[in-house]
Amino acid sequence: MNSPSLLSSLNPSTEPDALDSIERAEIDASTRIPVLLFFASAIFWLLVGSSLGLVSAWKMTNPALLDSFSWLTFGRLRPAHLNAVIYGWATPAAIGVGLWLTARLCRIPLLHSKLLISAAIIWNLGILLGICGILIGDGRSIEWLEFPAYSTPILFIAYAFIGIWTIIMFRFRKPGHIYVSQWYLFAAFLWFPWLYATANILLVWQPVQGPAQGAINWWYAHNVLGLWFTPIGLAAAYYFIPKVIGRPIHSYYLSILGFWSLALFYSWNGMHHLIGGPFPAWMVSASVVASMMMFIPVITTAINHHMTMRGHFESLQWSPTLRFIVFGAVSYTVVSLQGSSMAIPALNTITHFTDYTIGHAHLGLYAFFTMILFGSMYYIVPRLVGWEWPSATLIRWHFWLSAVGILLMVGALTLGGLLQGLALYDVASTFRSSLEFANPFRVLRGISGFILLAGQLVFAFLFVQMLLKLGAPKKGPALFTKPAEQTNDTVAI
Amino acid sequence: MNKLPLIFVGIFLTFTSAWIGLVAYPTLNLGEMQPLPDEETGGVLPPTTSGLAVAGQKVYASSGCVYCHSQQVRWSPLSTDIAKGLGPRQTVARDYLREKVAFLGTMRTGPDLSNIGARQPDTNWHHQHLFEPRTVTDWSIMPSYRYLYKTQKIEGQPSSDAVQGLRGPHAPKLGYEVVPSEEAKALVAYLLSLKKNYKLPESPEPSEP
Repeated sequence: MNSPSLLSSLNPSTEPDALDSIERAEIDASTRIPVLLFFASAIFWLLVGSSLGLVSAWKMTNPALLDSFSWLTFGRLRPAHLNAVIYGWATPAAIGVGLWLTARLCRIPLLHSKLLISAAIIWNLGILLGICGILIGDGRSIEWLEFPAYSTPILFIAYAFIGIWTIIMFRFRKPGHIYVSQWYLFAAFLWFPWLYATANILLVWQPVQGPAQGAINWWYAHNVLGLWFTPIGLAAAYYFIPKVIGRPIHSYYLSILGFWSLALFYSWNGMHHLIGGPFPAWMVSASVVASMMMFIPVITTAINHHMTMRGHFESLQWSPTLRFIVFGAVSYTVVSLQGSSMAIPALNTITHFTDYTIGHAHLGLYAFFTMILFGSMYYIVPRLVGWEWPSATLIRWHFWLSAVGILLMVGALTLGGLLQGLALYDVASTFRSSLEFANPFRVLRGISGFILLAGQLVFAFLFVQMLLKLGAPKKGPALFTKPAEQTNDTVAI
Repeated sequence: MNKLPLIFVGIFLTFTSAWIGLVAYPTLNLGEMQPLPDEETGGVLPPTTSGLAVAGQKVYASSGCVYCHSQQVRWSPLSTDIAKGLGPRQTVARDYLREKVAFLGTMRTGPDLSNIGARQPDTNWHHQHLFEPRTVTDWSIMPSYRYLYKTQKIEGQPSSDAVQGLRGPHAPKLGYEVVPSEEAKALVAYLLSLKKNYKLPESPEPSEP
């Protein structure tokens, strides 16, 4: 063990963890069943959710497609798609990554795995019931909260188990530093149940009067992204980037600034979805200001990650984990700056009701969060199953299909959305022209959906091979290329 | 940042600040809003809606209309909504008092519906349009809601509520008619009830639209 550098002595929490390899393997083994259960179900729902999205996308250019069945109508497939990917894919995958990170960073083997296994099973039953409920017409048409009232309590119970587990883990953690990823995890695991309970009580179980609903709806929907997915995505980035390249985070103080400014400003962002809407002006203004202030956490985090990576970019050539995570981290910066710009009323009036917003949502949820989740899984799964990824070529396919697919999707929706928005804004333009402008870009978006789904199928195939330990045993991790000079300690994947 | 209780207090307080502003405030304030008396008719503003329209709102929700249609008119000059004829004035909180779910919407893949009941007051037009949008607007990309209708053999007199004016490939065969289900009737009643064109003191109509 080297003596600590001056920097790490001053900033003790810039290193993810200080465990020896035996402790690490013990902790990883303890997380095996719950984490794999969350991952496997998440990948299943990712495929279901993407297929639902793909059909809805093609319905926008071919309205007659599958139009004789009530349960396949666009207005049901679209919310089924959104809920399947948000609550079926992203949330369980985030929980899986979060559980694993929590155990490693609390430096203790995972406690009470039965609590988590039950949570995973109950959660998935709730999702199944909810998705079927939307398709048979029980959806509530409250965006991000479409699940019928009979399925949300199930999800809440499942989540409560996870929340309780988090508190237990933090309570029994090994004494010592609390690493930056842990702040984000701790916060996210507490914010989410609060968000979910508030929104369900006020909008689903005991709905408040109509005029108040929009504000609560968008406070919730925006914070699911901002205070649930984003912190977990950043926790993973803060963990894996230093881990894979084998050096500490650039600055402890930037991490603190990034964390607290995110906590304060992101929570106020929701009303920028309702600019010009029927609400008191101060509420919308507060959200516009908070959206601008998001520059602080975003740029802080971007600088911190970039400076950590500086001089180590060649690692992207060989590490699948790093390639996905860095793609996600860069997308986080881009999507956040775009999001702030979309809160500027003059731009918002053009983009508000158009495909531009859909492009933005996918940039956030796919290019940022889903890519971070993929990267994390590439690191975590081999340590849980004791088997290496069978094919670097397939991982490369997965990466490029995902990257090209999402860039095509976001590019098409952004351009198409702008033209659509200008036609909707221009008093001399007809409504018809807004459709005609958007149409070719919607076809491109439909094509990008196929590309993304193909990438996901490759990943699902790899994941199943890992679970079944198929393929020839490998000597080392599946890397894209052989790293130039690496010791065994620094080659993480 | 090595003290968990401190971190807890911080994440609690930051979250609470927005919770008070964006959740508690609208719940206590907008959630208790009351209708205004309408001096002209002796009724209230916004006007009450029929039971059928309330039932239709459920069909609107279960069909997911909100994913393509907004129901809000933004103010001028921020937007051109009023100039483009979406409504005579900006929509305000009180306009949504009658709504069990306020379908403000986030997309205008289809046109805004805040005033569709005033723009298209004809019941049969709505049935034609829902049954097959392309019989009334040939470039529409709205899906057909055929599943809310029944095609049946005409027995004796044609039904009084049969959908008129269906043409081309969408027309029923000779001797058959298309009749709306209860759900379709409720949905149309709801659409016809969407008229946010009454006067509210807090939302004056701009003099020059």
